[in-house]
Amino acid sequence: MSLNAGSGFTGVDAPSPADLSRCVHCGLCLSACPTYTTLGVETESPRGRIALMKAVQDGRVGITPRVVGHWEMCLQCRACEAVCPSGVPYGRMMAATRAQVRTQGRQSAMVKGAGRLLLRGALPHPRRLRLGAGLLRLYQRCGVQWLVRSSRVLRLLPGGLAQLEAALPALSRSFFGPSGETHRALGEKRLTVGLLSGCVMPLMQADTMRASVRVLILNGCDVVVPLGQGCCGALNQHSGDLEYARRMARRNIDVFLAAGVERIVTASAGCGASMKEYHELLQDDAEYAEKARRFSELTMDITELLVSLPFAAPTARLERRVTYQDPCHLAHAQRITAPPRAILQAIPGVELVEMEQASMCCGGAGIYSAVQPELSGQILERKLGFIAETGAEVVATANPGCMMQLEQGLRRKGSTARVCHVVDLLDEGYRGEE
Amino acid sequence: MDQPSLAGRFLDELRAIVGARHVVSHPEDLLVYEYDGSIDRRAPLAVILPASTQEVSRVLALAYREGVPVSGRGAGTGLSGGAIAAPGGIQIGFARMNRILEVDTVNRTATVEPGVVNLDLDMHAHKFGLRYAPDPSSQRACTLGGNIAENAGGPHCLAYGATTNHVLGLEVVLEDGAVVSLGSLARETPGYDLRGVFVGSEGTFGVTTRIVVRLLPLPETVKTFLGIFPDLDSACTAVSAIIGYGIIPAALEMIDALSIRAVQNVMDAGYPPDAGAVLLVELEGLREEVEDTSREVEAALWEGGAAQVQVAEAAEHRAKLWLGRKNAFGAFGSIAPNYFLVDGVVPRTKLTQVLRQVSEISQRYAMPIANVFHAGDGNLHPIMLFDERVPGALEKALAAGGEILRICVEAGGTLTGEHGVGLEKKEYMPLVYTPEDLAAMKLARDAFAPANRLNPGKIFPDGQDHPPSPHRAAPGLYA
Repeated sequence: MSLNAGSGFTGVDAPSPADLSRCVHCGLCLSACPTYTTLGVETESPRGRIALMKAVQDGRVGITPRVVGHWEMCLQCRACEAVCPSGVPYGRMMAATRAQVRTQGRQSAMVKGAGRLLLRGALPHPRRLRLGAGLLRLYQRCGVQWLVRSSRVLRLLPGGLAQLEAALPALSRSFFGPSGETHRALGEKRLTVGLLSGCVMPLMQADTMRASVRVLILNGCDVVVPLGQGCCGALNQHSGDLEYARRMARRNIDVFLAAGVERIVTASAGCGASMKEYHELLQDDAEYAEKARRFSELTMDITELLVSLPFAAPTARLERRVTYQDPCHLAHAQRITAPPRAILQAIPGVELVEMEQASMCCGGAGIYSAVQPELSGQILERKLGFIAETGAEVVATANPGCMMQLEQGLRRKGSTARVCHVVDLLDEGYRGEE
Repeated sequence: MDQPSLAGRFLDELRAIVGARHVVSHPEDLLVYEYDGSIDRRAPLAVILPASTQEVSRVLALAYREGVPVSGRGAGTGLSGGAIAAPGGIQIGFARMNRILEVDTVNRTATVEPGVVNLDLDMHAHKFGLRYAPDPSSQRACTLGGNIAENAGGPHCLAYGATTNHVLGLEVVLEDGAVVSLGSLARETPGYDLRGVFVGSEGTFGVTTRIVVRLLPLPETVKTFLGIFPDLDSACTAVSAIIGYGIIPAALEMIDALSIRAVQNVMDAGYPPDAGAVLLVELEGLREEVEDTSREVEAALWEGGAAQVQVAEAAEHRAKLWLGRKNAFGAFGSIAPNYFLVDGVVPRTKLTQVLRQVSEISQRYAMPIANVFHAGDGNLHPIMLFDERVPGALEKALAAGGEILRICVEAGGTLTGEHGVGLEKKEYMPLVYTPEDLAAMKLARDAFAPANRLNPGKIFPDGQDHPPSPHRAAPGLYA
């Protein structure tokens, strides 16, 4: 046997023995796991990945490239967590496990590279991102992209990068961003909300951001998009860069708590899930633990907030056959499945057709589509099949990553179905009244 | 692997049959195949993931030639160690053989591969107004092949019978690779009912590769009652009252206070946290029939001493009540890191008495024992909650479980209702069978698998080729 009693986990950011012992290996998570149901091997199942964590903890096996490979294959969609009868907090266990892999220098080259380039180099820096996105927009709009795509240059790139290039959605014509100004509620004011601008949404889905502001003010919210805020840090946290994720969380906590808002709202399911867990991320930070708890308590997904207000149903008709894709971090991490559907069903004329396995991951999963292009593609393929079966002309979802992944997949298939955010449709419903 | 070259050659031949990608053999990867849902462990030599009957047959023929024992593995959710490999043995995994091949709506049958998930088949049947009735609590993940090996039950088996009552025909590969058919699409088969003896043979007779099951029409009306009781005794009285009215509900499930706490720790299933016990009673059938029986069920619940009775008709509300029951075993992870579950069966009339004895054992061992079980058919599931990291705790749990099984047998019951004997209960078999009885069973096995290469060491207490773990010397048996 080549099993070597390795060093196991060391330091503070490690999966806790209490969390690990909560898994009773009943196996009920298997059928919920996109990678297990695609590949059919238990090394790519939640129970298997936890067994490997336990084995490392017990010194039965080291953090070998093979073991790391199985952990890196995880989408972190947390579907297992939602169905787990024992309440195993898989999301934070996997984040802590990746923190171990990272601090012990055992990441695969691809993940390490993506971590440096994207997660530390780009996402946390709004100005860099904006500059990069501006150049990219130029690339897309002045014909260079057409040239690159029709040439053979892409074939020279490694698989992940070519896939990433293909995944790039058209950048928004004009970007969105924090301004510090208050967008005043129309009609009677009910709440003051702070809106997270985020990292990629203001550049790639700026229209959704503007739609978010419009639907919020139409429903009696003063909306501020505080200056100084940044990326939520979710992707850093998922990749195990907890130190950097904490830094990013602290920045947002400072900015939003100083803004004196009554709710912190995001249109990105992934960001919302991470922001609602800032209190776990910072629980050992004496200065920020309490502030993080307050921040997490104030955070709401935009669909959750709209339904709680409650929002006004549009009166104009929007004749659309719509299917809804549950973002994993909305359905599984935040357990929010009814509000987005309630919003869609409140729009007169919208026919909501459920796809099979609507809450199964689309394979986007943050940087997953770039670091695991093959499996991401297989998972996406299944999703596209379910979407096609519905005959829907619109695929609504509630997370930027899902929007990009689905958009890319549908275009590649030559589908004419449109991908949008739930609030985009609500906004269109309201605009139809004008 | 003391002769790596031999093992290496064997593995190469396996790879040639199913493709290298479908043979899991790296020791690190095999760590995730050493367990199922129970407490025994052993890593296999390799896991083979075939895609067809032909591949299964070739793998078995090869293993037979090499003298390597073979165990089948569906989703590894079993509760008696049925999927755990024998020493030096391989597992055949059915994750790739997971197609629903046909639904015949006229004859109400479905033909499936063994890796199909129980709930997937049921949900698929719903599209045609049909259902697959056996519903083990692990139905969301467990597979039909495993259900057949263990003759799995489930809450609704009270009215509809266990897996064996729903299996019409099987395609089976024997230990030497021969492919045979058992049973048929017709309801009766001339000659021996081999399908009947095969279902529940725990993987020792053959490996199932294709299954024809019976589907039932979906009921017109379903109604679920939640009876909330101050204690376990009054809930047991209500069970007797329901049976006394001559009612056979579709399901009749008991959940005790400790189990309620575990479930509510993890999810809101709508069970009151301060209840001493709850009863879930489900009625199904024609609307008028369900209405009539409803009155009697309610009366029986009150007669038993219910503090409150809730009725759920909306699918969503019923699903919530059932979610708690179906997730109960896993939910114990929120109370203790380990559990040991026994599957004893007692006559319904002895429920109160046996549960009192279980409670007495719990006190004597100073170990929490939860009860969540199929009250309608007297199928107990006492669950010892412990932490294996505490020295002696595992042995204590096993001993308490052994005592409970002995009590069940003394009360006129038996060792297992639906989980199988496997590794877990084999040491207890002499409690219910004489040596002659066991010898007769072995004769049946020898007829199917004379070389005893399939899942050896399971069921029979003397499994030479699957020595009991050190902690498994039948603790509690002779207390």
